[in-house]
Amino acid sequence: MLKIRHPRLTCLAFIGPAVISLLTIGIGPLAFAVYTSLHRYQLTNLRRTPFLGLENYQTVLSDYVFWEAMGRTMKLLIIVLPIQIIIGIGIALLLHKPGMSVLRTLTRLSLVIPMATTYAVVGLLGQVTFNIKYGVVNQLIGFLGFAPVNWIGDPNNAFIAICFWDIWQWTPFCSLVLLAGLTMVPVEVEEAARLETRNWWTVLRYVQFPFLIPGLTAILILRTADTLKLFDMVFTMTRGGPGSATELISLMIQRVGFRGFDQGLASAQAIILLALTIILSQLYIRFFYREV
Amino acid sequence: MSNDTIITPGETRPSVHATKGFSSKGYRPLAEVLLLLLIIVFCIFPFYWMVTTSLKTQLEALASPPSWIFEPTFANYIQVLFKDNVGQSLVNSLIVAVCTTALALILGTPAAYALSRFEFRRKKDLWFWFITNRMVSPIVLALPFFLIVRKLGMLDSHIVLILIYLTFNLPIVIWICTDQFRSIPWDLDEAAVLDGAKPFRIFWKICLPLAAPGIAVSAIFSFIFSWNELMYALVLTRKVAKTAPAMAVGFMEGYNLPYGKIMATSTLIVIPVIVFALIASKHLVRGLTMGAVK
Repeated sequence: MLKIRHPRLTCLAFIGPAVISLLTIGIGPLAFAVYTSLHRYQLTNLRRTPFLGLENYQTVLSDYVFWEAMGRTMKLLIIVLPIQIIIGIGIALLLHKPGMSVLRTLTRLSLVIPMATTYAVVGLLGQVTFNIKYGVVNQLIGFLGFAPVNWIGDPNNAFIAICFWDIWQWTPFCSLVLLAGLTMVPVEVEEAARLETRNWWTVLRYVQFPFLIPGLTAILILRTADTLKLFDMVFTMTRGGPGSATELISLMIQRVGFRGFDQGLASAQAIILLALTIILSQLYIRFFYREV
Repeated sequence: MSNDTIITPGETRPSVHATKGFSSKGYRPLAEVLLLLLIIVFCIFPFYWMVTTSLKTQLEALASPPSWIFEPTFANYIQVLFKDNVGQSLVNSLIVAVCTTALALILGTPAAYALSRFEFRRKKDLWFWFITNRMVSPIVLALPFFLIVRKLGMLDSHIVLILIYLTFNLPIVIWICTDQFRSIPWDLDEAAVLDGAKPFRIFWKICLPLAAPGIAVSAIFSFIFSWNELMYALVLTRKVAKTAPAMAVGFMEGYNLPYGKIMATSTLIVIPVIVFALIASKHLVRGLTMGAVK
């Protein structure tokens, strides 16, 4: 496609304001974070901020608290993601079938609600519904004959509660992404396949699955990035507790930076997290924007 | 049960989606209906519980076991809106979300136009920056922002949040609008160039009106993300500019949590988001995956 040649000044006039503002608000603070990460930078003692070089980074990388938080974050991802994908595929297949269009449209619209719910509110809802005494969840499992469970107060159960709400909020996302993949299968191909076999698994595996790969890749990378970002929901539900049972990586950095008052150390942690994120987004670009 | 039947020429062709898995035909649609209803209930129940709890008195909200039937009251809403400053925090959220969205559109649409129409160096780098923004955790920037804003003495002001939210709004606006501008035929631009129109005039008079749907969608996304944001609001506001999510979190102190008030505030926060998200529901997947999944 032939693009119209414009003088450099015109280009600059169009794109300049956006780039300059992004540089000021995005890159500027980042540079400052790199600076603080290389110094002893503590809000309680700002008079002396000696240069430390990479000492903060060394501290972080050899700090078991950091790796534990990272491990918890990955544990959450490993537990939650397969469930979200499997249920997601199930819902997508169910919605992809023809007939009962009113009910299916209603289902698709109700899938929007978890995704749209403010993350902080999800955490508040978690507090209210999972409360040991007043929570509706314990009442419901009581009907099934189970004893009340101390969800938020027990380390293991608090982690399960977080898994539950993450699944609640993001399974709809997975199912809508995968549904988009299913609708990409050419109708003739799918029809031909269904004439060959009545086995839904064969159709899924050999006909539909190739069309699901881009969606699955997107889910894998985006969900990893989102779990590394996850803060609001956990903070409002458990504050990382009890103990540090639900302290994910962003909560840990927040604690060190805003409650532990070692800003240099927290900056180093944040920069390491950023490096991970950049690797992830590189992967995403490699997969999806080859032509740009 | 053998499902792998090969259709022989004499047999009637089954419809494409006929029997899959279950063999008895009357049983299958019923199971499907039940499954669909189960999904709907699962998605909506927390929302339902939030709204009903917000309509309970503190006594009913703290009933053990929880009560399902009760006399609804709007006392919690009156309390939070007029006595607990939630009204003010909703106004703050609105100011911040609307201003940052407007600013993102003003800065972003020309940039998106340039990305779709002009050739220039560093285009790839710019793109990479947008994608990274989608993934980067706010905690990475929250700390340096806090230290800088504190130094400037600008903690607890709307303008700081408005500018900071551009870090995620501008990329989403530019990304969605670039896509939209690309879909507008080039002929229009070319005809206008031949008529001697200046680039900005072409952008303003011809392309911008045609890109209205994409601009609306990007505005909705930008509004939702800003409205929902918690971490920057928590760190950078105290009282005057406190947004609604930060306010709601503030209620979670002490032992006897005011459930009704918390859920009333939550409902007030969530309802506009859900309305906007339902309006933009067709574009949700595209927006959240930066166009990787159409």
